[in-house]
Amino acid sequence: MNSTVTKREIDLDLLKQGNRGELAALVEQFSNPVYRIAMNILHSEQDAEDIIQETFIKVFHGIRNFEGRSSLATWIYRIAVNEALMATRRRKGNLVSIDAEIDMGEGETNPVEIEDWCCRPEVETMDAELRREMDKAVAGLPEKLRIVFQLRDMEDLSIRETAQVLGLTDSAVKTRLLRARLILREELTHYFQGTSQGQ
Amino acid sequence: MDHDNCSELLKSIEDYLDGDIQPEVCTRLEEHLRGCQNCRIVVDTLRKTISLYHDEACQEMMPDKMREHLYMELNLLDYLPGTRE
Ligand SMILES: [Zn+2]
Repeated sequence: MNSTVTKREIDLDLLKQGNRGELAALVEQFSNPVYRIAMNILHSEQDAEDIIQETFIKVFHGIRNFEGRSSLATWIYRIAVNEALMATRRRKGNLVSIDAEIDMGEGETNPVEIEDWCCRPEVETMDAELRREMDKAVAGLPEKLRIVFQLRDMEDLSIRETAQVLGLTDSAVKTRLLRARLILREELTHYFQGTSQGQ
Repeated sequence: MDHDNCSELLKSIEDYLDGDIQPEVCTRLEEHLRGCQNCRIVVDTLRKTISLYHDEACQEMMPDKMREHLYMELNLLDYLPGTRE
């Protein structure tokens, strides 16, 4: 079902009036990305389910005061990220601060592995093993990098929007994004080197 | 191959990938890429990595049961996709 989520313009005035059809359209458009964001942070369907419900309840309550200074997507994702982070905090009992500085030594991100795997058949067909490898690689990223990568590269937010969702500066987003991309590239390259040795 | 050049290039890759780069830097970068196979491979595989994850992400959907619960919780069950005419 609904594998193609139709992206239509959501009418903010109707939302503020509490129009049910418009609220439903909003849920339909944003439930999958909110699900992915929650899963990415919580790694548990059960926890994610609660957070997704909380997120939309907050969105429904807050919509009347939404001023449109950021996009609707940015505002909703920000609520989802905050809810999910609070849940991890409750669960782990430790503080995961998204805006804490991360140590980024110079040269640490330099690519090491060089192999041109762009045209490998597994890439064309996206076979199950490659997909597993991709999941593993992204799950292995430090959380601060993973959220940035997810919002920008998987959910298509701009650098600015990603910064707004996470309360970071644009340049912090760029730095983390590059780091995440380079790590993932390195991991996939490792993987392809391994598979070509086996052939 | 001049390796100092390569790590300098890496710093502007981010803007290059996002199409947000000063023309002058871009020209220098593309010149370097023409002459340096290693950097070319890095940029190509980096691009491919991003597009793989991007395409993969769009396919990950909320499970049906969870969606049903959500619509129920929000009192929108009559709007649940697939259940309406
Ligand atoms: Zn080079």
